[in-house]
Amino acid sequence: MRHHLVLRVVAKLLIPLIMLFALYVQFHGDYGPGGGFQAGVIFGAAFILYALIFGLDNAQKVVPSGYLMALVSAGLLLYAGVGFAAMFKGGNFLDYGVLAGDFIAGQHLGILLVELGVGITVCAVMIVIFFAFAGRGNGDEEDDDIATSPDLSPDSSPNSAREV
Amino acid sequence: MIAAHLPALQIAVPLIAAPICLLLRRENLSWAWATFISWVVFALAWVMLEKTLTGGAFNYELGGWEAPYGIEYRVDALNAFILLIVAAIGAVVMPYARASVAREIPEHKRGLFYTAYLLCLTGLLGITITGDAFNVFVFLEISSLSSYALIALGRDPKALTAAFQYLIMGTIGATFILIGIGLMYQMTGTLNMADLAKRLPAVEDTRPVLAAFAFFIVGVCLKLALFPLHLWLPNAYAYAPSVVTAFLAATATKVSIYVLYRFVFTIFGQSFSFDVIPLESILLVLSLAGIFAASIVAIFQTNVKRLLAYSSVAQIGYIMLGVALVSVAGLTASILHIFNHAIMKGALFLCMGAVYYQIGSVKIEDMNGIGKKMPFTMFAFVIAGLGLIGVPLTVGFISKWYLITAVLEKGWWPVAVLILLSSLLAVIYIWRVVEAAYFKAGDSDDVVVKEAPVSMLIPIYVLTGASVYFGIETSLPLGTAAEAAKQLMGIGG
Amino acid sequence: MAWLGHFNYWIFVFLMMAGFYTVIARGNLIKKIVGLNIFQTSVFLLYITMGKVSGGTAPIVPEGGSEGVVYSNPIPHVLILTAIVVGVATTALGLALIVRIHEAYDTIEEDEIQDIEENANTLENSGGQAS
Repeated sequence: MRHHLVLRVVAKLLIPLIMLFALYVQFHGDYGPGGGFQAGVIFGAAFILYALIFGLDNAQKVVPSGYLMALVSAGLLLYAGVGFAAMFKGGNFLDYGVLAGDFIAGQHLGILLVELGVGITVCAVMIVIFFAFAGRGNGDEEDDDIATSPDLSPDSSPNSAREV
Repeated sequence: MIAAHLPALQIAVPLIAAPICLLLRRENLSWAWATFISWVVFALAWVMLEKTLTGGAFNYELGGWEAPYGIEYRVDALNAFILLIVAAIGAVVMPYARASVAREIPEHKRGLFYTAYLLCLTGLLGITITGDAFNVFVFLEISSLSSYALIALGRDPKALTAAFQYLIMGTIGATFILIGIGLMYQMTGTLNMADLAKRLPAVEDTRPVLAAFAFFIVGVCLKLALFPLHLWLPNAYAYAPSVVTAFLAATATKVSIYVLYRFVFTIFGQSFSFDVIPLESILLVLSLAGIFAASIVAIFQTNVKRLLAYSSVAQIGYIMLGVALVSVAGLTASILHIFNHAIMKGALFLCMGAVYYQIGSVKIEDMNGIGKKMPFTMFAFVIAGLGLIGVPLTVGFISKWYLITAVLEKGWWPVAVLILLSSLLAVIYIWRVVEAAYFKAGDSDDVVVKEAPVSMLIPIYVLTGASVYFGIETSLPLGTAAEAAKQLMGIGG
Repeated sequence: MAWLGHFNYWIFVFLMMAGFYTVIARGNLIKKIVGLNIFQTSVFLLYITMGKVSGGTAPIVPEGGSEGVVYSNPIPHVLILTAIVVGVATTALGLALIVRIHEAYDTIEEDEIQDIEENANTLENSGGQAS
């Protein structure tokens, strides 16, 4: 990959913009088109682009697989947590209206948190899927069909020497 | 406070438990957590069944949005009963899982196994409890996707191809259901089941509704493995890990049958389903063909799990036969057999799991003389097998008795004769296993085969005991099934 | 030519049948997944089609109030977003299974896999019935 100068420069320029756009889609989702699913996929795409250009090992140094699995869980926990919080505040499950002082503010807060949870999970799942497929066949995961083991050290992969 | 939120907790507890299970990372912790959650879910299901039987059906509006607009969970006698079956099987299977999973699944995948199990449980419970047609599809896919993954964890490489085949056929089935629901939404503008039931009669002569019905029925019959759409089932059950087979065999197809009841009787209504479209004759022919074809194929199997899987296809035939009768008695027999078959098949597959645990095979020729070496396991197998045949004092007899009574009530005595004949086929395939286990000399005793560990025997005996207990004391399943059947047929309740 | 007015539905039916045919007729597992994707996509199109209201715009409140504005129905879009996510998950799982199958059998052609499985069966229980 050392020689693909154009790709590397363009990717470096694009990746922050992609992430920024993902955040816009995420947090503007309750006023305009957008939301957690789309934002998560766009955010995940930034990491996947990084992994494509700079190599899987470098990408896994940025987001180790162990953290990714924690993120997958964290998003879902945030979603369900909002549901339970609403229940403890006296509403029905996922009734955002009771979360804050008045109904409208509660709805805003609720949908923001829930979509954040969706975004985190979707983003992490997309990256996990990509890592699992891209990391397959590197020779060090005889029996590791999902990139879950945290001790999967990037250095053991024969490809690591190839990268910068 | 908890009492008001029971329906939401039923789904939310296993749903939130799944990511926590993923974070636990320790095999024993994951197992303990999954077991604990299964028991909590079972307790919730039990309380809800009590509540529906005493106080009638009740609703829960998710997010506080009113029913036709928001997603609504609706619990009545029928789905509270199915919820109880699913939750009970989960609660019984989980204590068993620890030893069995330790033998069959590689160590680093065990945490993921329990996570996938919790998701599958969530999906199955969700399908059952929801009152929203599209929600059915979503939960159906949650349970299906996790069960594909669970099946693929089997040790034999054939588990992979079986899971892939199931994935293809399951997705086609789910997509057909999606098309059906879409066309219904197009014609009525609502997804709430109760609202759909109100609005569909006005447009029931239109072609989109007919197409919706056709797509839906084919899709759901694929999911519930009605003959001849059962092709995914035998391999999936035969090569999945033992725990998964026992759990899915007792729950997954049953939940799909519930979806069929709900849509055919509650949403489309029986006048549309059975008068406009002759669904009952289609189901009658297919279920009878399924009973015989699958039973005969089962006789020639050498792998006992595959044999039992074909037997499941046959038993689904009995359940659908009850639907084809379109009477309260027929539906009662049908719902009753869902319960009874879940108990019996769960027990039989758990026995096979114990055998696999000890001898590493479930082929008939490897089981020669096993009755002496694993007396408790094989005794349970015989008792549950007698239930499958329909011997008195077992649950199998109760459901066949009510099925035959219902058939005779319609005056279809040839069908009753066929049911009795088909029981003889069950005698043959169960006998093949019993013969190998008790009447053939085992191989030389150089390999010491011992009885399965107690943690596996207790769940086996809980289910086997239930198959005898509910064969004598039938008031709980029979009363609930009768009540649910009346509600489905729109009488009383 | 009234039937031309429903051309989205014709495309839906065509895509559905093309995808379905691919799933059934192709022996290559990857092609099966591709067919399954086309099949699912056709349903997305069906839902999007039914959400369209003639003359309707995107269901966002424009500046200056929403008096007299006709909106398309957003619910089918929301529903199908869920179905798209399900489709992504199904595809990922299917491809993951194919990777494992390829490692176990060294082929992703259905007929070759069947041959291997049948040979394994006959070796295991020589003469035993294995349907």
